[in-house]
Amino acid sequence: MSEQRITSHPILEVPRRKTVGFTWNGETLEGFAGEMISSALIANDIHVFGHHPKDGSPQGIFCANGQCSQCLVMADGLPVKACMTPLKEGMAITGVEGLPELPLIREAVATGEIPTIDTEVLIIGGGPAGLSAAIELGKRGIRTLLVDDKDRLGGKLVLQTHKFFGSVADSHAGTRGFEIGRILEEELGRHQSVQVWLDTTAVGVFSDKIVGLVKGRKYYLARPQKLLVATGAREKMLAFPGNTLPGVYGAGAFQTLVNRDLVRSSRRVLIVGGGNVGLIAGYHAIQAGIEVVALIEALPEVGGYKVHADKLRRMGVPIFTRHTVVAAHGKQQVEAVTIGRLDDNWKVIEGSEKTYAVDTVLIAVGLAEVNEFYLKAKQFGMDAWCAGDAREIAEASAAMFTGKVAGFKIAKALGKETGPVPEQWNMKAEILKSRPGKPVNRPEPAAEEGVFPVFHCYQEVPCNPCTSVCPVKAVHTENDLITGLPYRDESIDCTGCLNCVAVCPGLAITLVDYRKDPENPLVTIAYEIWRTTVEVGQQVTVTDADAAVLGRYTVSKIRVKKKYPKTILVQVRMPKELAKKAAGIQVIEKQADPLATYNRQPVDDDAVVCRCERVTAGRIREAIRSGVRDMNQLKALTRAGMGACGSKTCRPMIWRIFQEEGIDPGQVTDRVDRPLFVEVPMGYFAGIEGGADNE
Amino acid sequence: MNNFDVIVIGAGSIGVPAAMALGQAGVKTLVIDRRPSPGQGENKHAIGGVRATHTDPAKITTCLRSLEIFSTWKQVHGDDIEWLRGGYAFPVYRAEEEKLLKSFLPTQKKHGLKIDFVDDGRMRKIIPGINPEGLMGGTFSPNDGSVSPLLAINAFYRKAVANGVTFRFKEKVVSITRENGQVTGVRTDKSEYRCPVVIDAAGAGSVELGRAIGSEVPVYPESHEAGITEPVQMFCPTMVVDLRPAEGSKNYYFYQNRHGQVVFCITPDPPIAGTDYNETSVFLPQVCRRMVDLLPRLANLRVRRVWRGLYPMTKDGSPLVGWNREIKGLLHAVGMCGQGFMLGPGLGEILARLVREQSTAADKMVLEAFSLYRDVGDKMEALK
Repeated sequence: MSEQRITSHPILEVPRRKTVGFTWNGETLEGFAGEMISSALIANDIHVFGHHPKDGSPQGIFCANGQCSQCLVMADGLPVKACMTPLKEGMAITGVEGLPELPLIREAVATGEIPTIDTEVLIIGGGPAGLSAAIELGKRGIRTLLVDDKDRLGGKLVLQTHKFFGSVADSHAGTRGFEIGRILEEELGRHQSVQVWLDTTAVGVFSDKIVGLVKGRKYYLARPQKLLVATGAREKMLAFPGNTLPGVYGAGAFQTLVNRDLVRSSRRVLIVGGGNVGLIAGYHAIQAGIEVVALIEALPEVGGYKVHADKLRRMGVPIFTRHTVVAAHGKQQVEAVTIGRLDDNWKVIEGSEKTYAVDTVLIAVGLAEVNEFYLKAKQFGMDAWCAGDAREIAEASAAMFTGKVAGFKIAKALGKETGPVPEQWNMKAEILKSRPGKPVNRPEPAAEEGVFPVFHCYQEVPCNPCTSVCPVKAVHTENDLITGLPYRDESIDCTGCLNCVAVCPGLAITLVDYRKDPENPLVTIAYEIWRTTVEVGQQVTVTDADAAVLGRYTVSKIRVKKKYPKTILVQVRMPKELAKKAAGIQVIEKQADPLATYNRQPVDDDAVVCRCERVTAGRIREAIRSGVRDMNQLKALTRAGMGACGSKTCRPMIWRIFQEEGIDPGQVTDRVDRPLFVEVPMGYFAGIEGGADNE
Repeated sequence: MNNFDVIVIGAGSIGVPAAMALGQAGVKTLVIDRRPSPGQGENKHAIGGVRATHTDPAKITTCLRSLEIFSTWKQVHGDDIEWLRGGYAFPVYRAEEEKLLKSFLPTQKKHGLKIDFVDDGRMRKIIPGINPEGLMGGTFSPNDGSVSPLLAINAFYRKAVANGVTFRFKEKVVSITRENGQVTGVRTDKSEYRCPVVIDAAGAGSVELGRAIGSEVPVYPESHEAGITEPVQMFCPTMVVDLRPAEGSKNYYFYQNRHGQVVFCITPDPPIAGTDYNETSVFLPQVCRRMVDLLPRLANLRVRRVWRGLYPMTKDGSPLVGWNREIKGLLHAVGMCGQGFMLGPGLGEILARLVREQSTAADKMVLEAFSLYRDVGDKMEALK
């Protein structure tokens, strides 16, 4: 199949899937049965799905999560979201050019009543929080309906190919995210009282305490006694010229394409944002065989875990702090991106701009809670809870705990549990949510004999699987806190088993072994990129923790621990002066050069704020300058927020423009939110069995 | 500085066009609204239909003038308020609606409305894809249409400001000050203003205002729900009104706006009395089932958003407009029964002339019909 398919992956198994034929604008192509249309198109190197009816701007994938409607295509005559609609044999797919035509139906269709579902608990969202809550409810035999809009459980765990932080006992630390999703799903399967509806989208919460659900092509009214909203987060967007070109999208959307759908959606990417999401996306890109030109961050330091940043740097990806994206360029899709260095006033320093040829710009500037269901439910006086990212943006390991806590509280509210929430749980949820500490300097171990691990772990993060896997209990964290830095108890001899090296989610532990050759000790370094790119006898470039090159060394052995099959343990002999400094193996040896030409001085006002209605930052600014202080009036005047997504993306951007204009947020009236939160065909509400077939 | 000729309470469907007309005539006018910007009460909940297809001559006359203002706004003032001359169609499937609609035609035609009863073939052309089973034709009034309430109110607002009208938002009227039974001004939660004339254009809020000033106007807010779909290519710009009752609802209506979005609304039966703005799960299944039965192609059109708004109802479905007999200088213009948006521009001019004692003969006919002190029966206007 095409080079846009990932046919082998260092971490993920590539399943065998059934190939089917379909047409795109009349041309016959191949895809996999059941994969999302968007992925089938991207796998065929089609990134432009149509053009906006307002201004002809090219449209393509954006959220890859069923939220935004940017990926609209016509499938067998009907407009559908490409990212949520499975491909079928023989499907005729066309781009949406301008407004779609509503096909004629000549025969009357049989309409019917909408069924009402009564349940003790309804959980919206089958990610780490929703699953963990459902398990708690299932353990107590509470009748629960768990709905998720995707075709599998796990939420964003499905996309996480890296090993999780946290602790082994509490949050499966050291296990990869997608595997944790499977573990939770299996556990949930043992509880009979929990029913799972996949492909089921919650579309609104109503004042009669009913949640509207669309399952497949059928509408249901769910009437739960208790509601748990575990809807996760959505990605924030930046305003810059070219920001809606196909090829500019969120890091989460990218992970969906690459890790879930196994599509090599890009050739060269630039990542904007140095939080964990951006750092991990960079790592995932390289694992998928995609070049990462650079990662940029506006702040002086990356916000994500230092171990993630170090991992990326060691692989050869430059991280430019104090940089921002100036513009994305291209006619139909991204062809290049310009970045610039920021001065102390957050303005781009003239002359600092650099333009790189890339086909993708990944935006990872933070997440926002998907909390519209929860807010409406509370407004309407429902017994509603909220867990995971929908409650507070944090790591998935924390979401598992807040989900567990919510499940317990709901059980208690239903009288199926007495006593307070186990204190430990709340505490752990809090710890897992804690922000990384300031990086510290640690002296390297003094010893130059025997065998021992070296911890290149310089920042307090909630993570301690290295302490759990040591067979002789020689690894501890400071004060035994999960956030404490790890150290080795030197009174206990290290067995050299390599467990801690293999388990470390940050790939921040090496093992240095002086026993055979004290002058040239054997250093073991964890490596998670292509197995094929490293072999015994090959020379690899070894770097220190800060990605400075220590030299090229010959691989003397490659080992793999059974429990961690995807983490390759590469062993090299190095001079003793450098051995304890070694931390990683460089992957990208030559950094990309910027392009020589940079022609267009972009105007910020060109940036599109409301993607659905194509409203620019300039138009918003103009309205604000004319005196508008009411988001509702702003909407009336500009249509910003009136599109399919209901202001999910533009709202925080509009608030930011108010701020930029020096308006006190207290002076601004927020907009009124109304259902639906996703678009639903009228035929579903009309109770048509199986939906309507057009001519 | 706080002295005005007229103070209008309410920057909505009636207040803004009235202020615009007053400003145009050089009357020093202030508009006060408790909300943060124009049209944030019921105006923004209107679905945008504008018709002169009524049975009451006063409504027909007023709305014909509104239609003239809406339809020529862009030519005259330059800003696009998304006027669309789609007409109104009342398709008929039963003899009783046919008889009813035909009985209105003489009055409607007499007062200048262009309307005819068309056969089923013509109706199928007007509403492409309409369920032909039992279709008997219906009335069609081609000069009615639709406008964006959101853009129109802001256009009127800008024009009013250009005409010298002052607006105060986020300010709540606490009382209307009086001396010897004559209005002397308005007190708000922030300030005090002096004026000899106050126009009560507080819409659904007029009940609360009436209580505050000790002169209640018989207006009864009811809740109605509306929705809007994704945009598709234009296939039916005509407002389609199905008068047939069904379980839980009376009539429902929908049209396609200039963006290609279908906007729709239903009249619940029994009515939902009160001021509840919260959406319920009842509306969508109820209205979509009826719409898909009538026009099957709608089955594949996706609903984007729903909302609720209030109809400030009166007993007979007609507005209450005129001077308060007890409080001199207080002019009510309330109880628009969900038709404030379409009545507004025409009624605004009538109010401005009334204040300036320049009412025409036609105005007097309208004012008599809308009089606060008319004999209000219990019979609704037929096309309310």
